[in-house]
Amino acid sequence: MTELIPFLKDLISAPGLSGYEDPVTKIIEDKWRPLVNEISRGKTGSLQGLRHGTGEAPRPSVMVATHMDAIGLMVTGITEGFLRISEVGGVDARILPGTPVNVFSTGAGVAKVLHGLVTQPSAPLLPEQERDGPVALGNLLVDTGLLPRQVTELVRTGDLVSFAQSPVELSGETLSGHSLDNRASVGALTVCLEELQTRTHSWDVWAVATSQEEVGLLGASSSTYQIHPTIAIVVDVTFAKGPGTSDWQAFPLGKGPTIAMGPNMHPALHKAMQGMADSLELPYALEFSPSHSGTDGWATQVSAEGIPTLVVGIPLRYMHMPVEVVAIKDIQRAGRLLAGFISSLGPDFMEKMVWDK
Amino acid sequence: MPTIGNQQIKLLERLCNAIAISGDEGEVRAIVLEEIKGHVDEVRVDALGNVLAVKKGTGKKTLRVMLSAHMDEVGFMLVADDGEGLFRFELVGGIDIRQLPGKAVLIGRDHVPGVIGARPIHLTSREERQEKIPLDTLRIDTGPGNSKVKPGDRGTFATRFQQSGPSLMAKSLDDRLGVVTLIELIKHAPAGIDLQAAFTVQEEIGLRGAKVATYAFNPDIGIALDATPANDLPSWDGLENNTYNTKLGLGPAIYIADSGILSDPRLVRWLVETADSRKIPYQFRQPGGGRNDAGAMHLAQAGIPSVSVSVPHRYSHTAISVARLEDWKNSLALLQAALTRLTPELLASERA
Repeated sequence: MTELIPFLKDLISAPGLSGYEDPVTKIIEDKWRPLVNEISRGKTGSLQGLRHGTGEAPRPSVMVATHMDAIGLMVTGITEGFLRISEVGGVDARILPGTPVNVFSTGAGVAKVLHGLVTQPSAPLLPEQERDGPVALGNLLVDTGLLPRQVTELVRTGDLVSFAQSPVELSGETLSGHSLDNRASVGALTVCLEELQTRTHSWDVWAVATSQEEVGLLGASSSTYQIHPTIAIVVDVTFAKGPGTSDWQAFPLGKGPTIAMGPNMHPALHKAMQGMADSLELPYALEFSPSHSGTDGWATQVSAEGIPTLVVGIPLRYMHMPVEVVAIKDIQRAGRLLAGFISSLGPDFMEKMVWDK
Repeated sequence: MPTIGNQQIKLLERLCNAIAISGDEGEVRAIVLEEIKGHVDEVRVDALGNVLAVKKGTGKKTLRVMLSAHMDEVGFMLVADDGEGLFRFELVGGIDIRQLPGKAVLIGRDHVPGVIGARPIHLTSREERQEKIPLDTLRIDTGPGNSKVKPGDRGTFATRFQQSGPSLMAKSLDDRLGVVTLIELIKHAPAGIDLQAAFTVQEEIGLRGAKVATYAFNPDIGIALDATPANDLPSWDGLENNTYNTKLGLGPAIYIADSGILSDPRLVRWLVETADSRKIPYQFRQPGGGRNDAGAMHLAQAGIPSVSVSVPHRYSHTAISVARLEDWKNSLALLQAALTRLTPELLASERA
């Protein structure tokens, strides 16, 4: 069994902004290689591992998709040695002032990592409405501490900027850091693959770390089409109850994963997964998703002729901030739930997937 | 000669990574006492927690020169336990609440980690994002079941000191830069003066340590060694920035006026002449708002001629501030040179 916390720390310490997932892909590939029979890269950057089932070929297959890309920032220009930035994925500019960042500079053909921070210029340097209000992303700057001529030499437009917050272990077996959305789920899928080492499963299992979820579910669309699985399970983080987040859309931290229901999920899959959680006596919460699930599942479901899809959630606080918080237990439980479900898939499972029953 | 080398940078790192919120300066005080031990003739901790140390000169008619550097920094106090490791907090000193969300923090003497989150962007409305995130919605989250922190504990941002090119990046460069400068000046005190060193408390909540320290020392001259904002960023509309206060890289900032004091013109002249003759770069801090220990010093006793020499630094009172190593070195060089040539005649000269 992998030591989960060190692996998660490695995962969230590796860069991998949407469209530029290579560094984190390598870490996942190293971890998965002994756990799968084949491993390859999808056309748009997803990592696709195949674990053969024991059933007779041609076997049905289950794809478990977890996106590995992270939100962040990108350099749009340089002014007097300061970097101007835009977002990659959804970033609330109000949490950026004073945030430590890494600038992945590529100027002069040399790749470097520069320390920096996002800065909010003093009031007189801002438009009137921003002097005492939230400052728009376009008026925030990144300071690398370097001299203007050094910056011009090293940094170019389009260079990536990621959060630099180091992982922090908090009380109650929780971990805080950036990019836990969705590396926490990559961790859960890894737990699942390790569990599957000790049991049999008749279906083929595709473990997929998808690219570019945060900018439009590209990796999931592309990998689902290429793999064409029989069913798809998407694991992504969901909102945990906490400061500022207490309504029906949020779930208790550390009290188990969520199993989602709604138009994005096949009701029979939902029922089967819930039955599995009950039989394993794993705590979980029902997540009600009235429309778009906000996950890769939105893409997997409408791939090719349509793929029955289910979404499993891991509650997480402060989503898309440098200090996201997740409970280790929820990741382990999600992994065990997936493994239990996968090994329960028999040759006749699809026959039982009946509508309006 | 006093210098800023690796040893002094290491000390700055240690001091910046320490936590000393106004009124709770013990961690920095311990480092200061350890550093100056054996280098001073007298040392005591006063009623408020100031470290007051004296290094006597060898001359017959020596001026008593008080140098202050404040030990405290801005931060938070936990004020209510919401359960499950979540705490409400209030600000100690001037922090812009826009600097709070999304940051890692450390709480208490044991530096227990926590984070300040906020509602995720996915759940916020466009209207909501037009407003600042209010302080009373924020919590310090130390993780479920945390029993190591409690209301009353102080804390601040969890930033670790680092260097980037010519720059120092850390929390609380305001005023740990001054603290190291003062320690260095004590260790290499000019023989011609009585150096009265005050490592002050509660500067950030009203210059309160400096007030009583100056009364106790009753010096001939007071000089505040501090860090002053450099707002030298480009303006959003491309117009010239003429409210920069100071600029990084132009050398130590000599104060002529802020909202706390009109510096004694004889002291300003003395500093400028010293810098000009030694070819030490310097700049005048733009006269305007803000204040530091000099504002309290000059009002003590029957009035004390006072001035401030400060190191420019960007992003004061946030998680990470940025200063230039060269500016710090030049600040120390200017002070050392000025104190070495200081004589009682200065105070006998015309004021202006």
